[in-house]
Amino acid sequence: MRLVYHFLEIYFKFSFITAVLLIYSSQTVLADQKVTNFVLDNGLEVVVIEDHRAPVVVHSLWYKAGAADEERGKSGVAHFLEHLLFKGTKKVKSGEFSETVKKLGGSDNAFTHWDYTGYYQRVSKDRLALMMELESDRMINNQFSEDEMEIERRVVLEERSQRTDSDPGALFAEQRRAAMYLNHPYGVPIIGWRHEIEKLRKQDILAFYKKYYAPNSATLIVAGDVMPFEVRDLAEKYYGSLEPNLDLNKRHRSTEPPQLAERKIVFEDERVSQPYLIRTYLVPERNQGAQEMSAALSVLAELLGGNENTSVLGTALQLETKKALYASAFYSGVSYDATTFGLLIVPVKGRTLEQAENDLDVAINDFVENGVDSGQLIRIKKQLRAADIYARDNIFGLVKSYGTALMSGLSIEDIQRWPDLLQNVSPKQIIEVAKVLNDKRNAVTGFFKRPTGNGDR
Amino acid sequence: MSRLFIILFFILTFLSKSFATTVTEVRSQKGLSAWLVKEHSIPFIAMEIRFKGGATLDRDGKRGAIYFMSALMNEGAGELDSSEFSAEMERLAIKLDFEVYQDSLSISVKFLAENKDEAIDFLKMAFLEPRFDSEPIEKIRNQIISVLGSNSKDPNKIASKVFFQKSFPNHLYGSGKEGSIETVSSINREDILNAYSDIFNQNEIFISAVGDITEGELESLIDKVFGDIPANGDASGLKAEYRLSGGNTIFDFDTPQSVVIFGQKGIKRADKDFFPAYVLNHILGGSGFGSKLMQELREKNGLTYGISTYLVNWENADLLLGQFSSSNDTAFKAVNMVKDVWKKLVSDGVSSEELEDAKTFLTGAYPLRFDGNSRIAKILVGMQIQGLSVNYIRNRNQKINDVSLEDLKRVASRLLIEDELHFVIVGRPTS
Repeated sequence: MRLVYHFLEIYFKFSFITAVLLIYSSQTVLADQKVTNFVLDNGLEVVVIEDHRAPVVVHSLWYKAGAADEERGKSGVAHFLEHLLFKGTKKVKSGEFSETVKKLGGSDNAFTHWDYTGYYQRVSKDRLALMMELESDRMINNQFSEDEMEIERRVVLEERSQRTDSDPGALFAEQRRAAMYLNHPYGVPIIGWRHEIEKLRKQDILAFYKKYYAPNSATLIVAGDVMPFEVRDLAEKYYGSLEPNLDLNKRHRSTEPPQLAERKIVFEDERVSQPYLIRTYLVPERNQGAQEMSAALSVLAELLGGNENTSVLGTALQLETKKALYASAFYSGVSYDATTFGLLIVPVKGRTLEQAENDLDVAINDFVENGVDSGQLIRIKKQLRAADIYARDNIFGLVKSYGTALMSGLSIEDIQRWPDLLQNVSPKQIIEVAKVLNDKRNAVTGFFKRPTGNGDR
Repeated sequence: MSRLFIILFFILTFLSKSFATTVTEVRSQKGLSAWLVKEHSIPFIAMEIRFKGGATLDRDGKRGAIYFMSALMNEGAGELDSSEFSAEMERLAIKLDFEVYQDSLSISVKFLAENKDEAIDFLKMAFLEPRFDSEPIEKIRNQIISVLGSNSKDPNKIASKVFFQKSFPNHLYGSGKEGSIETVSSINREDILNAYSDIFNQNEIFISAVGDITEGELESLIDKVFGDIPANGDASGLKAEYRLSGGNTIFDFDTPQSVVIFGQKGIKRADKDFFPAYVLNHILGGSGFGSKLMQELREKNGLTYGISTYLVNWENADLLLGQFSSSNDTAFKAVNMVKDVWKKLVSDGVSSEELEDAKTFLTGAYPLRFDGNSRIAKILVGMQIQGLSVNYIRNRNQKINDVSLEDLKRVASRLLIEDELHFVIVGRPTS
């Protein structure tokens, strides 16, 4: 298990889609998890997740706006703005937000995704009001100077160097995504392309801020040792008076045309030691009231790639034929627009990536022909059910799980139905969705290797 | 003043009304002990087990054997080969993860209350009857060799490898726990069996459990699963001599951004100045946003995405380490800035406000760590391996609050020696 994890870590660093995350994203909550939701008059949605084991709360504010909502040519705006939101307001000076949280022994941070931007603090429960006061203030009163913006631009570029440019696996993932989406902005990296980050202007950032940072574009999630009525009172007090942006429409991004041509990309880098191949297919995501296909794809990913000793690909390619060092599959349906299903093969020494691609295709074909092993399916369903129980131990994990699902357009009801939908997936549905993998017109196959003529291939 | 009082009051009530009073020390019939927190609200149990010794128990020429062995603990036991073993683990929905550190082997277990008994039988088999079959040995060997190859091209891994090699040239701390491609290629089944018997030793075992389980159930669990592990062996290891002095080591690597690991000698956990040093490190670079290094390098100058420092307390060596990345054309500037911060902290000291802020953070953050069964289990087993008692949870914040400005001044000049700072820089830094 541990080594598998190492592999995932190495090959998928920062690609946000791993088999590990599948369990995480398919996790939801059993009936006895207390979740309450309501909407304020100004459109702010509020979700309360109760967990009374420790006197701690997580306060988090999620905006339904991320990198995929940026104007074309302005990549990195959403993420840059997230950094600048720590620079202060009329009332709070630069850096004071985090300092205040720290003085309370709390922690705070933020994250940007294609579909959302989120801010959170973890504090003792008696500090919830203060968190709301600070967070609602910076929803509308954020300010920063040109000088601060220039220093922060350098920080963002260093972040890009550290997370992407210094890591060939991350660069490969970025190139694969760009090839995966012909028209949809999911093909643009969250942090932005370097040449566009370098040129972003203050007015670009402010335009995004003014448009999306409004109560009717946001969801407040509070979790921990707190009662829903307390959260309602505090939310009314601190967020209730904020003006909604009435010009805000439903999110709509440019969509994908029919994909007619399989794409193959070859990424070569001197820093590559272990060659591997990843293929992703464009597939449906979870949608409100329509999650069945996504449930089947989730179970399919587990069957194909869950545990190397029992999964279809692990058994066929690692254990029986010994053609692969590692083989897996990954899928997460939590996405506002169409997402991807991925296959990975790391060939053993002596086998080329072309041979590995063929090995993978043969294994997938065999699976579609032979059907689902019913014993394996039962075990996977048991695992998925247990994952829900284990997930309840991590309150911040639950916040993320609810937040990401809600930002993807799902409802609380969809989230709570999901575990049952996973349990109800039939072998027939799995084989049906697995046929998607035979149509490579929707796919990008990526070869990750050292420059040709260099090394053992 | 009043703010401080309120916070202190809060922490005391917090600690008394939650788990601090409910940590139970369980002693089994076979003489094993474990710390337990009963938490019945979620139907599962989190356990943490530590064996002292870790990767430093590797025998001569067999570097990587402990790590290799631990990867095989999930690959078959008793009557079950690796696939059957994994399938059974899936059927019971048991999570079983092994992690090797230089000084310890860490095992994290989660299992459901609904099949507690079956899970316990399974764990007993997993720990006492690992098979170490040849097929999984070869599979894992190839995976480790692949990972070692990738590590050799990763600037972060290179930086830490170079730093520790130069720090401890005559000790296992100076080499990676995974071993090298040469040693891993030569390790055979006998070496794996030796690694197993070298580390699984009852004298050096520490156990905690948090979750839906009673004292009686935990007692019988630990006897059943760990009661037959032999009680012999010695995991104390050899004293490690730190050999690095001040200066820079540049490792040429074609990458746009240099990775920098820096450090000097640290301070023992048992030293009377440990808590002042802990607070000092927090102010220096231990706290993310707001630390002196983060302020200078990131907030004021935009030279890095992040910088942090940490006190390392190994069984036989103590270090003060830090790390950051910066573009090749700014890396030296950043290195000099780190040295300046080091110097200034000794010469100018810390203001009373900075000390108060550090105290309120550290004392306020401590109780917040205890949320979640798995997190609590990890904290409890960590306390045991450091030789702390259950009471430490209650006393720990007082030790932070007792730290004075004079303590910090004394410890800063004793601990922070700018001339001793060594920087390993991996990249193509330009001056």
